[in-house]
Amino acid sequence: MNNSLLVALLASGVAYGTPLLFGSLGELLAERSGVLNLGVEGMMLVGAVMGFWTVQRVHAGAAVTLTLAVVVAAFSGAAMALIHAFLVITLRANQIVSGLALTIFAGAMGLSSYLGSTLNLSGAPAAQTFHAFFPQSMQNWPIVGPIVFGQNALVYLSWVCVVAVGYYLARTRPGLNVRAVGEAPGAADAMGISVVKYRYIHTLVGGAFAGVAGSTFTLALTPQWVNGITGGAGWIAIALVIFAFWRPELCLVGAYFFGALQALAPELQARSISLGPTELWTNAVPYVATIVVLVVVSWRGAARRLGAPAALGVSYVREEA
Amino acid sequence: MRLTIERRLEQPRWRVVVVPVGSVLFALLVAGVVLVVTGHDPISTYHKLFEAAFVQTGALNQTLIAATPLAFTGLAAAAAFRMRLYNIGGEGQLYLGAIFGAGIGLLVGGNGSASPGVIAAMVAAGCLGGALWAAIPGVLRAFLGTSEILTSLMLNYVAAYLLTYLIFQSQSYWRETKGFNATVFPTGKPLPPNAVWPTWNLSAQGGIAVPLGAFFAIGAAVVLWVLYKRTRFGFEVQVLGDSEGAARYAGVRVRRKILAVMAISGAIAGLGGASQVGDFSHALDGDPNGLQKQGYGYSGIVVAALGRYNPLAVLIVALLIGGLDNAGNTLQGADFPSGLVGVIQGIILFSALGGELLVRHRVRITRRAPAVEAAA
Repeated sequence: MNNSLLVALLASGVAYGTPLLFGSLGELLAERSGVLNLGVEGMMLVGAVMGFWTVQRVHAGAAVTLTLAVVVAAFSGAAMALIHAFLVITLRANQIVSGLALTIFAGAMGLSSYLGSTLNLSGAPAAQTFHAFFPQSMQNWPIVGPIVFGQNALVYLSWVCVVAVGYYLARTRPGLNVRAVGEAPGAADAMGISVVKYRYIHTLVGGAFAGVAGSTFTLALTPQWVNGITGGAGWIAIALVIFAFWRPELCLVGAYFFGALQALAPELQARSISLGPTELWTNAVPYVATIVVLVVVSWRGAARRLGAPAALGVSYVREEA
Repeated sequence: MRLTIERRLEQPRWRVVVVPVGSVLFALLVAGVVLVVTGHDPISTYHKLFEAAFVQTGALNQTLIAATPLAFTGLAAAAAFRMRLYNIGGEGQLYLGAIFGAGIGLLVGGNGSASPGVIAAMVAAGCLGGALWAAIPGVLRAFLGTSEILTSLMLNYVAAYLLTYLIFQSQSYWRETKGFNATVFPTGKPLPPNAVWPTWNLSAQGGIAVPLGAFFAIGAAVVLWVLYKRTRFGFEVQVLGDSEGAARYAGVRVRRKILAVMAISGAIAGLGGASQVGDFSHALDGDPNGLQKQGYGYSGIVVAALGRYNPLAVLIVALLIGGLDNAGNTLQGADFPSGLVGVIQGIILFSALGGELLVRHRVRITRRAPAVEAAA
């Protein structure tokens, strides 16, 4: 039963969906505060290379090294996000151009590649990797075994993050303040909430999530360093935020759906099933689906009801509000 | 002490030159620090970079090859961004232009030397392909109010998968199916001889061959400049970019403008795709590590922003960034750090963005206001 197509798809969907989930949770936090960051791909790649660097250079126990690697990845992602935050929040630069600049700066032909070559990282497999967290006997349980118990610690960490982000945004004072900053910065400012501080913090935390998302590739999914290892996952993560109507719990559903789609082509090939041009449509569906969702969301201002932050992408200048 | 940033009422004229030049210098400085920190010698690295971009024999040739597509995608981005229409789908529109251009070239081409008729057909097809692909986000924005930023971005990926599909995962019209090589590695069907675009040799000895596409790019820049500076259409686009409300009151037909500007932008990117096929690859390049790796559409946005969306400045910036790209490719491997070119380009763009603010605003450091005001 555990070898059936559906179980295999769901299990790989969860694995492949995890970087998407981390990336989209981070982007969601930034966007909820009103900052659109198109640099996710770049932040992910820098997180990926720095996380990998940590496991190659630190020689401690597996648990310590891997934890340290994830922390380093998070800080590297946040450092990249700081550039974007400074430009768009303090200097009020155009968020779209700045985000794209961040991807060019940090991405596959930029800093991540520079670090990879200067630190001599390519060619060797990771010295430490995340393995399945639970014992083999639990992984053999029917259906839930591979899907739920066959995953690594990063997957379970991402679940904790979904709950934490959901609780934070819905139930805590700072979480409600973030939403106010993203919806009506002028009103939030009048209430005494520092728009600048909130936007900085959430853009940086968003970058940290993206960094962790990147390290998921180099520490778990494909444990090695290759230029551009994330292969466009950052863009899917951005798409996913819209696809999930800016809600963390729906990010999880969407991430696993897109993750399963990525796994579909190889799984079908392994079982010699042909469903037309599989690679074309399984690859293209996440993007087309996001366009459809974007259209639905923008239909007669439905975006407001469905959760798009009203001040997304708009600089806040107190004198001009 | 606090930092206040206030808007200048009048923008100084010198910013047009100072911001881009200052950005490039600042970027070289910061990247130089990065080089020193990571144990490279910045002076010799920059020297090698400059030599490989503009000085060595054949360097200018390669720089022109790298600059031509950037000029097209840069112009495409400039055309749309001027109206604050963020078409970041230049990448996908370029692919569609390449697909359409190659298709027509294969269809109507034949033997003999370069035929103006065939080339004209390829140009038209390339423009059409790009314009149609850009029309998707254009229509969605004009009629449903869907933000064009993310839709145009998503379509880049769809176009990339389509391109790969046509050459690698299907027996399409564009794919070479005959011959031994075709069974080993999938490639595009080569264009017939008269569909290959000619080059114009600048000097017999130096061997600088200017591709036909470069002339088309210059032509497109001039047309765009005239359109935006000298026509009613351009004026209305400018007004629309500054204030949609004002434009509506003045009777500008907003939907038509959005559609027209997206189509123009897409057509220029598509022409770049046709030029890729006609000038350089002479077949549709579906390799994920080929045309798609170059990221011309994304770099085009850098080019446009640095040129401050001025079509003529875009051409100059394209040559500069093209030189940088070319040098990065030539120097790859050896003891040249990979990724340096992207780092420099990124910092140039960051500083251009930041510099824009400094010329538009006045930054003042003031003492914290004394408590007198509160008492009064």
